[in-house]
Amino acid sequence: MSNNILDIKEIFKVYPDGVIANRNVSMDVQENSIHALVGENGAGKSTLMKVLFGITPYQGGSIEYKGSEVKFSNPREAIAAGIGMVHQHLMLAPDLTVAENLILGMEPLRGKLFLDADEAVRICREASEKYGLAVPAEKKIRDLPIGVRQRVEILKALARNAEVLILDEPTAVLTPQETDVLFKTLDGLKAAGKTIIFITHKLSEVTRVADRITVMRDAQAIITRDMDDLDEVKIASLMVGRKINTERIPAPVKIGSVKLSVRDLKYTNSDGVEALKGIDLDVRSGEILGLAGVEGNGQTELVEIIAGLMAPDSGSVTIDGTSVLSLTPRQIREAGLAHIPEDRMENGVAEVASVEENLIVDRYYKPEYNTRGRLYWKLITEKSKELIKKFNILTKSSKTNVGSLSGGNIQKVVVARELTSNPGVIIAAQPTRGVDIGSEELIHNLLKQARDEGKAVFLISADLDEVLKLSNRVVVFYDGEITAHFKDASKVEDVDLGPYMLGIKKEDAASGKMDS
Amino acid sequence: MNELFSSIFSVNFGYAILRVMTPLLFPAMGIAVSTMAGSQNIAMEGAMLIAAFFGVIVGAFSGSLWLALLAGIAAAVLLCMILGYFHLKLKADIFLSAVALNMFSSGITVFLLFMITGDKGSTSSLPSPVFPSIDIPLVEKIPVIGDIISGHNILTYVALVSVFLFYLLMFKTPLGLRIRAVGQNPDAAESVGINVNRTKMYALMLSGLFAALGGLYLSMGYVSWFSKDMTAGRGFIAIAAATLGGMMPLGTMISSLFFALVSAVAIYIASLNIPSELIQLIPYLITVVALAVFSGRALKGRREKIAAEDAGGTESVQEKNNTGDN
Repeated sequence: MSNNILDIKEIFKVYPDGVIANRNVSMDVQENSIHALVGENGAGKSTLMKVLFGITPYQGGSIEYKGSEVKFSNPREAIAAGIGMVHQHLMLAPDLTVAENLILGMEPLRGKLFLDADEAVRICREASEKYGLAVPAEKKIRDLPIGVRQRVEILKALARNAEVLILDEPTAVLTPQETDVLFKTLDGLKAAGKTIIFITHKLSEVTRVADRITVMRDAQAIITRDMDDLDEVKIASLMVGRKINTERIPAPVKIGSVKLSVRDLKYTNSDGVEALKGIDLDVRSGEILGLAGVEGNGQTELVEIIAGLMAPDSGSVTIDGTSVLSLTPRQIREAGLAHIPEDRMENGVAEVASVEENLIVDRYYKPEYNTRGRLYWKLITEKSKELIKKFNILTKSSKTNVGSLSGGNIQKVVVARELTSNPGVIIAAQPTRGVDIGSEELIHNLLKQARDEGKAVFLISADLDEVLKLSNRVVVFYDGEITAHFKDASKVEDVDLGPYMLGIKKEDAASGKMDS
Repeated sequence: MNELFSSIFSVNFGYAILRVMTPLLFPAMGIAVSTMAGSQNIAMEGAMLIAAFFGVIVGAFSGSLWLALLAGIAAAVLLCMILGYFHLKLKADIFLSAVALNMFSSGITVFLLFMITGDKGSTSSLPSPVFPSIDIPLVEKIPVIGDIISGHNILTYVALVSVFLFYLLMFKTPLGLRIRAVGQNPDAAESVGINVNRTKMYALMLSGLFAALGGLYLSMGYVSWFSKDMTAGRGFIAIAAATLGGMMPLGTMISSLFFALVSAVAIYIASLNIPSELIQLIPYLITVVALAVFSGRALKGRREKIAAEDAGGTESVQEKNNTGDN
């Protein structure tokens, strides 16, 4: 193993709150390779990379870089040594140009005092050509699509002479087409002699680009090896310690009548953008309608209007034939809607309230739970304990603050509340975002179960695998419009959806309406 | 009424606008630079006041204009550094801290004023030096324009030159780039090794410098004494001016001119038989109206721009995606 550029040995990291994020993790990275670091959320991948990059201190172990031991105390030292990191949330100043972002912190000077703007553009163009990463040097970041912004971020690291490039979940925000471009870029960088460490939990990506892989689980590195004959199923079972189902769930047996119906819904936001340009769709009892699309194409607005959190400009929304547009959120819920919101911290839970308070927040006012404003706390605790057990929520007690739970468990609190309100229609917006695979499977099963019980489920997700796994029908959203409607989701692959998600293709008069 | 119009269209009126503009433009630039750094410093009022006070006191007792200048700058910059310490180090809310410092400045200046002079109102008993007025050679000979532009206090010219220097600093130097980057995305700045707190502190100190010059102008140029709360809300009107100016150097200057114009009109209207309280209200009233109108306009403009982009932009987005595919 003489060609190891990085040798991470027995890293031990415990956070101040006592959580052990890395338990003697070892991993070696070969020079000039693409190395995938995979694992569930909370497995310790990001922490390990933060340790390596000097963002966070660690308690034990050592890091050998290019044959000598290093210990970076801040990112600057890591950058100086030739390690670059592309964070999940891009580190770019929106109102500065590409070139300005690129040279930030290492500004070329004209004379002793002034910034050399021409030289900045030249540095940018040179790097851009050298690595074959096309970026518009003089445009502002604000005006660029996300894929290009990410390219700028990569270029930023390369311009600082990074030899090892760490990418933290780079494809999370990209369309399949943009992902392809990114992967070509990574191959190109490898050919240019760079080493790439790439964090992901999308296994299809790993099998596509990685040479080697490290799998992490429960703060430990389970294995580091060459990809060779590893396939997705094997990696998945390494990640969760058991086999998981990557198949699609079976189609529903009995589809009933239309429960949720949206007609010609239009909405213009405060910036004057037409976020919804006349949306028509139906969700029937006993089916899951999936809505695929890159985020920010009107999905949030659609969901919030249906849930009564925003008012549209025009159009109608009916649940079981009753118009709900003029109703308050509570009235809409009583009409049979459950809403798993896309941002659980914003709209799903109150962080500083306890698990049980969050579980009853939609029903505390019912006579079952109080007499004239006095809540039956005993009953509430009892019922909450049942839900905690049934939904497998990991919490010390029902009185623990929700904010101290992990993301997956917070989401389970939301799901537990929403699915037990006896709804006829369930809107699930990004229901498994940022949750571990175990919770994801649980939530998927619960949605399927709800479907089989005859509920109408409307699933909105940026994760195509999720949409395709669960839905029986799929509509695609682009720029406030439905661009495609696939009536049989089992015949659809993710690549079929891409062109519609990007607005390159559009079906004539596409809508999510069910005729007949 | 006719008298009023003839005085408004007089040379003196033009001269007055520049005179009134100076103590608005300085703090407005202070607001702009701190806002660009992402830490808007609304302690301009207090910083101006404290600079105005220490300038006069040090000037009166030392007899030196230079020492007065230094004292004023040091006092205001120090005040803004204290704000920075609360905000950046102790993580206190910057607006609340600034409000506290404004009140502190108002109190401490009166307190010290009484301690030193035995007077709670003003320092008119102290012989304080003032900044000189300057006649610009050649320009002063031009009729009308010369009378308006020439013969101002040196600080008025410093203010105008500062607009240009401010522009150079923010857009042509590494420090300016860093200040803007820190204001837009501190994490991004941090990730390339920029010390965010230090950069913000520099911006706050710069805002203190601007406030100091504005305050010194008030007590050692506009008039030749310090009086209690003499800033009279200029540090707050400056927030409006900088906001209307989009935090940009030239824009800030133009909107400061606008507010100066309104204030100057108020001064001239005072010759009519209208209660002076109402007249004093005018600049503040106009501030509210102007902010409402301009932000309404800005919103509409943004909508129109987006609508235009929507109409013309769809194709190019598609093209981009197509080429990205290949």
